[in-house]
Amino acid sequence: MSQSLLQVNQLSISLAEGKKLVDAVSFSIAKGEIFALVGESGSGKSLTALSLMRLLPKNMQLSGEIRLDDTNLLALTEKQMRAIRGGHIGMIFQEPMTALNPLMRVGDQIAEVLQLQTDLRGKAQQQRVIALLEEVGIPDPSERMSWYPHQLSGGQKQRIMIAMALAGEPELLIADEPTTALDVTIQAQVLALLLSIQQKRGLSVLFITHDMGLVAQLAHRVGVMLKGKLLEVLPVDQFFKSALHPYTKRLIENALPVTEFRAPIAQNEIVLATENLRVRFAGRRKGWLFRKQPDTLAVDGLNLSIAKGETLALVGESGCGKTSLAQALLRLIPAQGRAVFLNQNLLTLTERQMRPLRKSLQVVFQDPYGAFNPRMTVGKIIREGMDSLSVGAPEARAARVLELLKLVGLDESHADRYPHEFSGGQRQRIGIARALAVEPNLIICDEPTSALDVTVRGQILDLLDTLQQKMGVSYLFITHDLSIVPRIAHRVAVMQAGKIVEMGSTEQVLMHPQQEYTKTLLASAPHHYLQAKVTQVV
Amino acid sequence: MLLLWSDIVVWLLVTSLLYFFWRLKQDTLLRERWLLVAQSRIAMASTIILLTFVLIALADSLHFRTNDPYRPVVSVLDMSLGNIATGQEKSYSAPFAVESLWQETRQTDDGHVIRSPVPLQYAGKQLNKPDELNRDLLQRSLIFISIGIILASLFVWMLSRLSVFSHAALPWKSAAITFIVLCGFLVWLWGMGQNYHVLGTGKVGEDVLYASLKGVRTGILIGGLTTLLTLPFAVVMGIVAGYFKGWVDDVVQYLYTTLNAVPGVLLIASAMLLAQLYLAQHADLFASEQERADVRLLLVCLVLGLTGWTGLARILRAESLKLREMEYVKAASAFGVSHARIIGRHLLPNLGHLVLISAVLDFSGLVLAEAVLSYVGIGVDPTMPSWGNMINLARQELNREPVVWWNLLGAFVGMFTLVLSANLLADRVQHVFNPRAQG
Repeated sequence: MSQSLLQVNQLSISLAEGKKLVDAVSFSIAKGEIFALVGESGSGKSLTALSLMRLLPKNMQLSGEIRLDDTNLLALTEKQMRAIRGGHIGMIFQEPMTALNPLMRVGDQIAEVLQLQTDLRGKAQQQRVIALLEEVGIPDPSERMSWYPHQLSGGQKQRIMIAMALAGEPELLIADEPTTALDVTIQAQVLALLLSIQQKRGLSVLFITHDMGLVAQLAHRVGVMLKGKLLEVLPVDQFFKSALHPYTKRLIENALPVTEFRAPIAQNEIVLATENLRVRFAGRRKGWLFRKQPDTLAVDGLNLSIAKGETLALVGESGCGKTSLAQALLRLIPAQGRAVFLNQNLLTLTERQMRPLRKSLQVVFQDPYGAFNPRMTVGKIIREGMDSLSVGAPEARAARVLELLKLVGLDESHADRYPHEFSGGQRQRIGIARALAVEPNLIICDEPTSALDVTVRGQILDLLDTLQQKMGVSYLFITHDLSIVPRIAHRVAVMQAGKIVEMGSTEQVLMHPQQEYTKTLLASAPHHYLQAKVTQVV
Repeated sequence: MLLLWSDIVVWLLVTSLLYFFWRLKQDTLLRERWLLVAQSRIAMASTIILLTFVLIALADSLHFRTNDPYRPVVSVLDMSLGNIATGQEKSYSAPFAVESLWQETRQTDDGHVIRSPVPLQYAGKQLNKPDELNRDLLQRSLIFISIGIILASLFVWMLSRLSVFSHAALPWKSAAITFIVLCGFLVWLWGMGQNYHVLGTGKVGEDVLYASLKGVRTGILIGGLTTLLTLPFAVVMGIVAGYFKGWVDDVVQYLYTTLNAVPGVLLIASAMLLAQLYLAQHADLFASEQERADVRLLLVCLVLGLTGWTGLARILRAESLKLREMEYVKAASAFGVSHARIIGRHLLPNLGHLVLISAVLDFSGLVLAEAVLSYVGIGVDPTMPSWGNMINLARQELNREPVVWWNLLGAFVGMFTLVLSANLLADRVQHVFNPRAQG
């Protein structure tokens, strides 16, 4: 790496009230280098990136120095800055769904950047748009440039975003968690694309992520941020081998895939068994003149079983029917087939017959922000299930709430607070306490850790594990993240398009996959790069 | 003591409002929000003005029967106003005038026949000479304003001794200033009203200030009651449609799109004309004219409410559609919580801000709607004092010479102050409670 392209010196960002969000951060990025900035949410990574573009919210103050080549970005006027944005620094955002204007053709959105940053006009401009779309791997670009964002898949939208960022021929690309919202296989494709473009164009990249696997795969150098401070900057090999700071060590440790696999539980009574379970979404009839559209099968003939005290991980990409399955088992949506739970077929019960079973079958949701009624205190939230299903004596319930709070590692005083006063990890603990309140035999965990930071994720998984050992509860653990599977699961089922393609013990599925789909899934997951990087050391 | 239907309604309205705020004590989240509302100086000032209007309406909602054949029913407000209520002239007179606007032909002592304005019966009786008028006005104004301000200041001082103003974050200073200024103004109005017609007199010699004050009750009743009538409709229909979806949703949507397709004024006009016909044919049902007017007022509210619920229902339906997909609603279903309880505990509290915002915003719109309807002649009973009726009268008065503008002014000032303070408060409520308006 020769000379540096970007120099950041003593960059600080503070709120008007004086609270420091980013504290004296200094780093540099060389030409052609990929610099990864890692840290948990709220550590100031994204703010640092936004400040390079001078796109901070108005109530924040910026101090320090940012140099791109030899220009001091903080000294430029707003008009000069506009030429920098897009022209010298390109940016890719996390959420491709909201970063594109839904009412504008994707070709026009790219052309808009060309209009502002280059002299290309008319035919030449159009040619360039097609070339860019080709470069980011959109098939049939001359046709798709006139499509609207909703006609494209998530991965394709992210490709469009990359094309937009590249349109102004920038030297520096800021990628803010560009693949977090994508499925693993798509993520792998987008990353491969980013890497090839970076190499072809000799771009410098500031890559913001919380995923150690991505760091291992892409980065040349790594900066670790914690609470607004840049703890250390290390070349990637040293980062994984000989990080100094204890926080960095913990970060890597938490991200490391577990290599010891749990043995499947031997001969135990079966809690839940499904036979040929199907969930059908009726096709819409568009007015009486048109033929009814065919039904879609979200879950298509599913067979699985979970034993007492066992965790079955259900792995699959978004849209494969994982969540539909969970909702069907909870009888939130109708389903056909058989699902025998405690010797009763869930799917044929009336709501009245179902009620006693609801005690035994509970759920923990993914989104720790949408899972609680914001107008109820935590105590009431946890109590609701007990009240509704009359679990325990009414007088004993208040005490039980406090007991549960302690059990999941929260404080008794938290019972009178409202959900918004808690962090994501704490909320997930509340969610677990709510499910445990009615003493269930089986908890369906629907991506309970995918919205959490790495370290918090580890804590929640540990909690689930301890609770299982204490109470013998079974989990149906739905996830798309293969790296956490060995930490929690006894057995793994891989799901694709409503069907289970492979099922077996964790070790068997992860180490010796039989099916092509499982192999792709495993190869796409970035954590195997991580493993490679770390095992180099040993 | 005589209870009119609308009296009961007014008192119910106010008690339910009080109950609502008393309940706030238990809900810390909501209390914090309302404290935020109160932190704005404008909201504080408008609340005090609104409270004054409510007090006037309350005083006007305690009716008694009397033996006076000309005024068989009086309210507490009538009794406390003294000359403002009883000072009946023969016809028009200008504000603060001591002579009539009309001219009378009479014979002077020396035998000439002249046409000139006559001295008014009630206004300016204490004057010895007509040229003392200006001095007398100034003197009395100063006296009454100072009395008002001193009394109000004493009251504020007493409250501060009792440490009522403990919440440091709230703009008590603005509240106190508004209160003192308002008191000065009201005492002045009352005091001047004893010897003059502050806003002149109307066609049959009634005091215009009195009519404007009586209009307060009608305005508040129409705004408040109609809002309250529309709420249950809108809330039930909107939530049911959004939560259950399917055919329930279809039915509700058909209902409100059909209602919205009929022009509002046409619907209200036909309903009111039907009601009017019924009232005219069954005149024997009502003991006094006032009671008949009263029933008609309630009918106006009902008809306005019948067409007014669609907007809020539409908003609530959309929000319920969103909320029913939230995971906490799913979690509740997984606990076997019944639909009614899910709606009551999980949907309703989270829709509360929408209901509240639209209720305060609708209030002022409805006060104005009454004026429009009465102007067209299909609103409240013509004998009922209301701002709409006053504006309706002003239509002819503005065409005569000399122009009689005070009826319009009285209605305008009353309506303007009520609607403006309601809107300013609504604006603040909207700012605090609307999650999208913040930040």
